[in-house]
Amino acid sequence: MSTLIPELGHFSAFLGLMSAVGIALFGFFGANQNRTAWVDMSIRLTKVQVAVLALSFLFLILAFLEDDFSVLYVANNSNTALPWYYKIAGVWGAHEGSFLLWTLVTAVWTVLVATRARHIPLKLHGYVLGTLGVLSVMFLAFLLFSSNPFERLVPNVPIQGADLNPVLQDIGQIIHPPMLYIGYVGFGVTFAFGIAALATGKIDSAWARWVRPWVNIAWLFLTIGIVLGSWWAYYELGWGGWWFWDPVENASFMPWLAGTALIHSLSATEKRGAFKNWTILLTLLTFTLVLMGAFLVRSGVLSSVHAFAVDPQRGLVLLTIFVLVAGGSLVLYAFRAHTLNTQVQYWGVSRELLLLINNALLVVALFTILLGTLYPLGHEWFVGGDEKLSVGEPYFNAMFVPIMLLLSFALAIAPISRWKHTPMRLVVNALLLLGGSAVVALLLPWILADGVHLGVSCAVALAIWIIVTHAIACYRQRKALTLGFIGMSVAHIGFAIAVIGVAVTSVYTESKDARLKVGESIEVSGTQYELVDVQSTESQNYIGERARFDFGVRGSLFPERRYYSIREHITHEAAIAPGIFKDRYITFAGPMENDTWGVEIQDKPFQRWIWFGAVVAGLAALIAMLDKRYRRLSQRDLEIKYSA
Amino acid sequence: MKPHRRRRLSIVLFLFIGGLTTVLITIFALKNYINHYYLPDQIVSGDVPTERTIRAGGMVKKGSVAHDSTGLGVTFDLTDRVNSTFSVRFEGILPSLFREGEGTVVVGRLNDDGVFNATRVLAKHDENYEPPELKGMVEHVDP
Repeated sequence: MSTLIPELGHFSAFLGLMSAVGIALFGFFGANQNRTAWVDMSIRLTKVQVAVLALSFLFLILAFLEDDFSVLYVANNSNTALPWYYKIAGVWGAHEGSFLLWTLVTAVWTVLVATRARHIPLKLHGYVLGTLGVLSVMFLAFLLFSSNPFERLVPNVPIQGADLNPVLQDIGQIIHPPMLYIGYVGFGVTFAFGIAALATGKIDSAWARWVRPWVNIAWLFLTIGIVLGSWWAYYELGWGGWWFWDPVENASFMPWLAGTALIHSLSATEKRGAFKNWTILLTLLTFTLVLMGAFLVRSGVLSSVHAFAVDPQRGLVLLTIFVLVAGGSLVLYAFRAHTLNTQVQYWGVSRELLLLINNALLVVALFTILLGTLYPLGHEWFVGGDEKLSVGEPYFNAMFVPIMLLLSFALAIAPISRWKHTPMRLVVNALLLLGGSAVVALLLPWILADGVHLGVSCAVALAIWIIVTHAIACYRQRKALTLGFIGMSVAHIGFAIAVIGVAVTSVYTESKDARLKVGESIEVSGTQYELVDVQSTESQNYIGERARFDFGVRGSLFPERRYYSIREHITHEAAIAPGIFKDRYITFAGPMENDTWGVEIQDKPFQRWIWFGAVVAGLAALIAMLDKRYRRLSQRDLEIKYSA
Repeated sequence: MKPHRRRRLSIVLFLFIGGLTTVLITIFALKNYINHYYLPDQIVSGDVPTERTIRAGGMVKKGSVAHDSTGLGVTFDLTDRVNSTFSVRFEGILPSLFREGEGTVVVGRLNDDGVFNATRVLAKHDENYEPPELKGMVEHVDP
């Protein structure tokens, strides 16, 4: 039985492809011909698809747990000495398995849309499922024909596997990729809604209400996925860095920016019927960026921490998928979009205007990141030659930071703004609050620290301003507060918290390198750190040294240096004392000459605020999603539909 | 001009000017912040700017890694395995996968004495994956 597991997994994935073909055909033609039975068939097939793909995934997990090294992918990414939970995480530790997870996530989203969105009109539902079916077909075909994780390694079956990359042997690997994929593919759902709107030629506030919960949940997962990645890099790879503008980080960040723009644009489409064309374009753009990211990461064209092993042929297939989806959807858009638009009146500092500014700034930010990410590739392809380029962090910081400060400005006025037109009096009041925030932001560092850093004060002033205007707006509306408004306020406050974290930690981090003998100590940012002792440590698959540092009254940290013998790979396991106001971060370099030990100690104020703010914003999307109007109005629409 | 035409025109103008400004600023920033990548023979021949940050790559020469007797400073040589070799100076902890005989990319500035002061040292991340720059170099050098 167990020897058949890879074949069963392979076969299940193949059945998944077959059902995806069915979902696509029955969905599209059911919608096109208005046949309820066909759309129902498509819905039923989504259940089949998710079941067989879950089975396939389970079989790959079993192959890992049973150390079946006759499977090439298992042999390359696992080892008998690997703990069982890393064997499972190893399933998505490299390209093939992670793509199987990707297809499974697609199937889960599809079945959710099929079963949880039965209240939407038949035509729309059919087209949405049809589109998701087509995406599934492409993903599964790519998986089966050029990235098969079940490929056998016969007859020379290795006795031992090559082990999972030690950097990936971490809790981060267990949760970061799944979260990210759920977010990525979630934007496939909103993409499908965009395509379906173009196909039916109908987009109204009901459509916007149906899409919004899906956008929010996808955005929530993508946000959490990115935060986890940043946090993981911070302690595992990053030497305390939390964002590197690495091409692959950018590849996840660009859809996030587009998705954020989409959330805002949808609000105007729902409430005012405004920006319809633009909203549709954003649904298409967001998922197009997801696919572009997949291409960049999985083709090996970029130089990155995250890039998988290079395989040009796979890159070509992914590029084809990207071009098909992007090109196809844009052509459809070009032919159909003009049928959608309506004129909406607004003037002065209206909420529409602020949302427009928000979208313009987010798209400009996205565009600058896109240029910075693709520039080296473009240079190589079009100019060629031996000269190679890269675009570093200074470029991205110089472009991105000012745009975000401008965005903060618009964001702080958001809670007091009204649709159509905002009375000038309210705007003036808000601006007065900015004055107060600026005073606080200038005084605080002057009292607490030696000097005022103008950039940090600017950012903190804007952040305080955002928090204050939202808090006041919520208080004023306390009797008629909707979950939608709370969600918006919490999200914006989360953004402000993250802004404070980014500004303070970037400027005030203090870092020192040293070589210490046991018993010696070093002072960083006013605290003495003493190297108390160093002991050897070992586990199933590594050996190493573990140092003990004491600081303050009774603080201790235990950074490690590990040597993974199977891959001959050294990792530095930093030790971190997290805190609300500062992180203490110690990296242990191991033995040096003359009985000394290399060490780097960092003091990183407000580091946690970055992730905390982002998580708060992510959860805010969940709050907004639970707003009654998405449920109640959908019910009402349903009644209208059936009474008509 | 009819009102809706005027409106459309103003939108188009706004988009055009906004788009153009963005592109110009971006290109300006790219020109300033781009890091060129150089191989050992280019570094040695001296046609490399010393006033700006660059990236350079090569193989870590066997036996060249020398740690200071105090502090975390380290000096090592990068070579193309033919005849060009230059020294790199780095203060800090070398990355996990930094090894003698393996490829590395360094980011920093070349000083006037031909020593490369690195602010970052990047090694390849696992044995299946190498930065594309290095891959090119290896093919170039080891036919």
